[in-house]
Amino acid sequence: MSDLRQIAFYGKGGIGKSTTSQNTLAALAEMGQRILIVGCDPKADSTRLILHAKAQDTILSLAAAAGSVEDLELEDVMKVGYRDIRCVESGGPEPGVGCAGRGVITSINFLEEEGAYEDIDYVSYDVLGDVVCGGFAMPIRENKAQEIYIVMSGEMMAMYAANNISKGILKYANSGGVRLGGLVCNERQTDKELELAEALAGKLGTKLIHFVPRDNIVQHAELRRMTVMEYAPDSKQANEYRQLAQKIHNNSGNGIIPTPITMDELEDLLMAHGIMKQIDESQVGKTAAEIAA
Amino acid sequence: MSLTVEQTKQRNKELISEVLSVYPEKTAKRRAKHLGTFEEGKPDCGVKSNVKSIPGVMTIRGCAYAGSKGVVWGPIKDMIHISHGPVGCGQYSWASRRNYYIGTTGIDTFVTMQFTSDFQEKDIVFGGDKKLEKIIDEIQDLFPLNHGITVQSECPIGLIGDDIEAVSKKKSKEYDGKTIVPVRCEGFRGVSQSLGHHIANDSIRDWVFDKSGDKHPEFKTTPYDVSIIGDYNIGGDAWASRILLEEMGLRVIAQWSGDGSLAELENTPKAKLNVLHCYRSMNYISRHMEEKYGIPWVEYNFFGPTKIEESLRNIASHFDDKIKEGAERVIAKYRPLMDAVIAKYRPRLEGKKVMLFVGGLRPRHVIGAYEDLGMEIVGTGYEFGHNDDYQRTTHYVKDGTLIYDDVTGFEFEKFVEAIQPDLVGSGIKEKYVFQKMGVPFRQMHSWDYSGPYHGYDGFAIFARDMDMAINNPVWSLAKTPWKRNGAHA
Repeated sequence: MSDLRQIAFYGKGGIGKSTTSQNTLAALAEMGQRILIVGCDPKADSTRLILHAKAQDTILSLAAAAGSVEDLELEDVMKVGYRDIRCVESGGPEPGVGCAGRGVITSINFLEEEGAYEDIDYVSYDVLGDVVCGGFAMPIRENKAQEIYIVMSGEMMAMYAANNISKGILKYANSGGVRLGGLVCNERQTDKELELAEALAGKLGTKLIHFVPRDNIVQHAELRRMTVMEYAPDSKQANEYRQLAQKIHNNSGNGIIPTPITMDELEDLLMAHGIMKQIDESQVGKTAAEIAA
Repeated sequence: MSLTVEQTKQRNKELISEVLSVYPEKTAKRRAKHLGTFEEGKPDCGVKSNVKSIPGVMTIRGCAYAGSKGVVWGPIKDMIHISHGPVGCGQYSWASRRNYYIGTTGIDTFVTMQFTSDFQEKDIVFGGDKKLEKIIDEIQDLFPLNHGITVQSECPIGLIGDDIEAVSKKKSKEYDGKTIVPVRCEGFRGVSQSLGHHIANDSIRDWVFDKSGDKHPEFKTTPYDVSIIGDYNIGGDAWASRILLEEMGLRVIAQWSGDGSLAELENTPKAKLNVLHCYRSMNYISRHMEEKYGIPWVEYNFFGPTKIEESLRNIASHFDDKIKEGAERVIAKYRPLMDAVIAKYRPRLEGKKVMLFVGGLRPRHVIGAYEDLGMEIVGTGYEFGHNDDYQRTTHYVKDGTLIYDDVTGFEFEKFVEAIQPDLVGSGIKEKYVFQKMGVPFRQMHSWDYSGPYHGYDGFAIFARDMDMAINNPVWSLAKTPWKRNGAHA
C-alpha cells in the first residue's frame, strides 16, 4: 500500500479541471495504472467522461435514502468505467441548501473505512472551484492527497485562484504531508500565457508540469461524454495527455511546500509581462471617464 | 474579627491582585476589568461586563440557545418548542428550570416534554428544512391541542443556512395561520445566554405581536389590567406574586413566561401597565410595548418584605386611590406574618455573611431579603449582566462589597476561601465545590428544588431554607476533629 499515489486536482471553477484530470487519468490507466477517482463536487460530474454518464448514485444521495452512510456498501457507490477506472462521486445537496463541505468529509471517511483504496495505484480527488471551507480542504488534509496539481490558465483570476489554493496547501503542509505537485496550464490563448504560467510557477516555488494546448477535439469528445484518450487515441491532443500523465507519474516525491505570493506581487507579475499596464496610485478607484477628464 | 469598610476595601484589593497573579499576563489584564469593589457614590460597580469569556477558564455562562429555549420560550406551556438540530442541546435542556405550570402535560401543555429534530449527518449535508416540515406535521397529528410551535435553532442551523423562516411561514399558512415562530438563537451568537433572551424577545415582537393582529377581539379589558413580565415561576414564584397584585385590586392578564400561554402573550399589548421582574431578560420587549402600544413598565422586586412593600407602593402609584389603598391593605395584612418570620429566624441568622453569584437579576434582587433577616452581602456578581444591571446594583450593595463579573471557577473558589462567608448562593455547578469546602450553600437558580421565594409566602420559605442551610449541625462535623478548636477527645 505504501506505493499508493494520492493526488488531487484543484483550480478555478470552469478552468477545465474535470476534463484535464479525466483525460490524464485515462492516460495513466493506459500505462497500466489502477485508478480510483473520487469526485468531490456536489454537481457529481467528475467522472462523467469515464463512465459515459453522469453518476446517479452518489454516496450522499444513497446515504440519505438509506438513512445514514453506515447503511451503505462500497459496491453500491463504486462504478467501473473506461479501462477499469473505478469511480465514486460524493454528491451533495442542491445549490443553496445544506452543507456540501460536510458532505465531502462524510464521503471520504466512508471510502477510507470501507477499504476503497485497496488494490489500486492512484487515488485522484477532483475538487470544486476553490478551497471555500474546511470541508473542501478535506482532500489535502492529513493522510489524504499527497500531491496537488493546480489547473490554471493565463487569466488573472485563474492565477489568483492558483495562488489561493497554494495558501491552503501551505496551511496543511506542516501538519500533514501534502505538497504542491505543480501547475498544469490549460491553454486559454491569452497573451504570453506560457511565460506567465512559468513565472507564477517560479514564484510559488514549483514548476509548470505541462502546458496543454487548446484543441477542439476535447469539445468533440466531451459532447460524446468521452475522454480524448478513448474518443481519438491517435490524436495529437491524446499525446499531450500522455505526456502529462507520464510527467505526473515521474513526479513522485518531487512535490514542494508552496510559497504563495501577495495580491500586489501577483499584480506586479502581470505588469512585468506587460499584461497589465503600470498605473500610478492616484488612478486607483477612478472610472475611465474620471481619468479622461 | 469584623473589618472596617476601609480594611475591607484593602483586603479586596489584595485578594484580587493575588487571584490575578496566577493568570498569564494577558488574561490577568482582561480579568482585572471584571473584578472590583463597590465604592459608595459611584454610578456603577466599576466592572466591565457582557464581554466574551476567556478560553481556558471555567465560566458559569450558557449560550444563546439556553437563553431562548431554556429561559424565555421554554415556559410558554401551550406551545411546543422544537430543539432544532443535533440531539445534545435538546437532551440537556429537557424538562425545565422548575417553571411550574397548570395543565395536562402531553395534552394541552408541554413544558416538561422534549421535542427535537435529532439532526443526523444527512440533515447537515442536505439541510433540515424538510425534516422540520415533517416534525411540524407530526406535532399537529400527535398533539392537536398545541396552540403554537417555536423553532429553537441550535448552532448547525445557522452554519448550514437552513431557511426556518420560510418553513414557519409555509406551515403557518397550511395550518390556518397557526403561530409558528422561528428563533435564530444559535448558540455561537453573542457572549452568553443574554443575547438569546434578546433574540427571543424580538421573535415575540415579530412573530406574535406583528403577525397575530388582534386574535382575541372578545377580550374585555379593565382599567386595572397588568402583565407580569420576566417571572419564570420557578417553584411557583409567579403564583406567589400574582396573588398579591390581585389582592390589591389589579387584574393579571398575562404571565411571562412562567405558567404562561400564547393567548396571554397575544393579549399583553392590552395591559395598562407591565410589571417587570427580570429586567435583564425581558426589558427589550417591555421597551417595545412602551414605544409601540404606549404601555408603561415598572421594575419591581418581590424578595423580602422591605422590597415587596416598596414595590407594591410603586406599582400602585401608577393607578388610582382604590389600588393605592389596596396596596396598603395588602402590606398591613401580611406584616404580622412577616414580623413573625423575622422574629423566628433573624436571631439565628443575624450578622451572617453571604456571597452571591447568579444570572442577570438575583445578584441584586435577593439582597433585600437577606438584609431583612439581618444578613449581610459581602460579594456579588452576574453571570451575564450588562452595565445597566451593575448600575442598578448600586442601589442594593453597601460600600466595600466585592464585585466579580462572569467569575471564573478559580476566582470564585479563591474569594470564598479567603472571605469565609457563612453562605454562598449560586448554581448547581458551584454547589458541591463550596459544600466540600465546608461552606453552607443554597442554589439561587432553582431554589434547591424548594420555593417559591417571591412574595410574602416565598419569604417565609426563603428564611426557613437559609436557616436550614447555615445552621445545619452537619457543618460542625465537616472540620477535621483534631484540628477543631476546643475539640472533645
